[in-house]
Amino acid sequence: MKDIYCGTLVRLASFSPEVMARNFLKWDRDTEMQRLSDVVPTQLWSEKKIKEYVEGWKESETSYRFAICPLEEEKFIGMVSLWVSSWNHGEAWLGIYIGEREYWGKGYGTDAMRLIVQYGFTELNLRRISLGLHAFNERALKSYLKVGFQMEGCERGGFLRDGVRCDDYVMGLLREDWIAAQSAR
Amino acid sequence: MLDIQAQLFEAKDVRFGPIDHETHPEIESRWTHDAEFMRLMEIKPVRPLSPMMVKKKYEAVEKDMDEQKNLFYFTIRTREDDRFIGKALIEMVDWSNGNGYLQIGIGEAEFRRMGYGSQALNMLLRYAFGELNLYRVTAVVPAYNQGAIRLFQKFGFVEEVRRRKALHRDGEFWDIIGFGLLNAEWREQFNGRG
Repeated sequence: MKDIYCGTLVRLASFSPEVMARNFLKWDRDTEMQRLSDVVPTQLWSEKKIKEYVEGWKESETSYRFAICPLEEEKFIGMVSLWVSSWNHGEAWLGIYIGEREYWGKGYGTDAMRLIVQYGFTELNLRRISLGLHAFNERALKSYLKVGFQMEGCERGGFLRDGVRCDDYVMGLLREDWIAAQSAR
Repeated sequence: MLDIQAQLFEAKDVRFGPIDHETHPEIESRWTHDAEFMRLMEIKPVRPLSPMMVKKKYEAVEKDMDEQKNLFYFTIRTREDDRFIGKALIEMVDWSNGNGYLQIGIGEAEFRRMGYGSQALNMLLRYAFGELNLYRVTAVVPAYNQGAIRLFQKFGFVEEVRRRKALHRDGEFWDIIGFGLLNAEWREQFNGRG
């Protein structure tokens, strides 16, 4: 059987709250990264609070979260997650970020995207995966298109920072389109 | 000039009121047995709720309104006899970006298609834009809910997002449509009064 957690550049891994909390403590300080990957105001939390927050994750049966590790090194460079919004309709929302900046723009995120999409369609048996991004996040857009996501709309002025209004995009990938692309490869 | 005398919770035939924990659970419990209504309103699996379950939900709603400050929940009543016929709410308000999600439903079947939903949406928009000062509002609608689509289009909402085949019901696949309306667009149309 093939290792569904292993890609060409990264693997998806579990994590302990202690170790992840120390990563978050560092990544939370990078406001560019925070603003690229979220819509909520960026904040700084204590290591204790982050650890409790991460411990709370394991109780959820609707979220599937993985640490992203480069194959060549035993370390965490980011997170990728699926939140199942409705089991009955087979839809989940995807979220990803690379906290370690030296891994930006080198294909690590895209490789993690391929793994989580495969996990969503072959293990969770989802019918579609949705995601949102800020319109100015060109690196993310390029990566999502590469993995097969299609543009499904634009929420006008959904994001305001530094007095500038920005649009948010919504993208989607259907199971049948992903399967067709797999067999064409 | 600020029209301070305008009554935000009064329309021609309907008004907004709070939850009544004594009498409403019985009524809303009855609506949850109407699968057609529930499937128009809800994306999650529908299920009938007992009056006690509805009562618990109301308590959670008021707790959220009080503690999270991102939910604004109104019951729709007839002006004539204060009868509870539906609900209108703004939820998941994102204060830093000025966005909120709207939901409106007329649970009492005999009061549908009489323009009451329209009067309620008019009040809800004035509240969202004139009281909460939101920049935009969003309404998420299943593509088979023609009534809701017509209503939001009538108020100038723009189709912004179409999550393809996001709904699977009775063996068919339907899109989920995201409608958006900006404060500025609403103000231009309704002169800030609704």
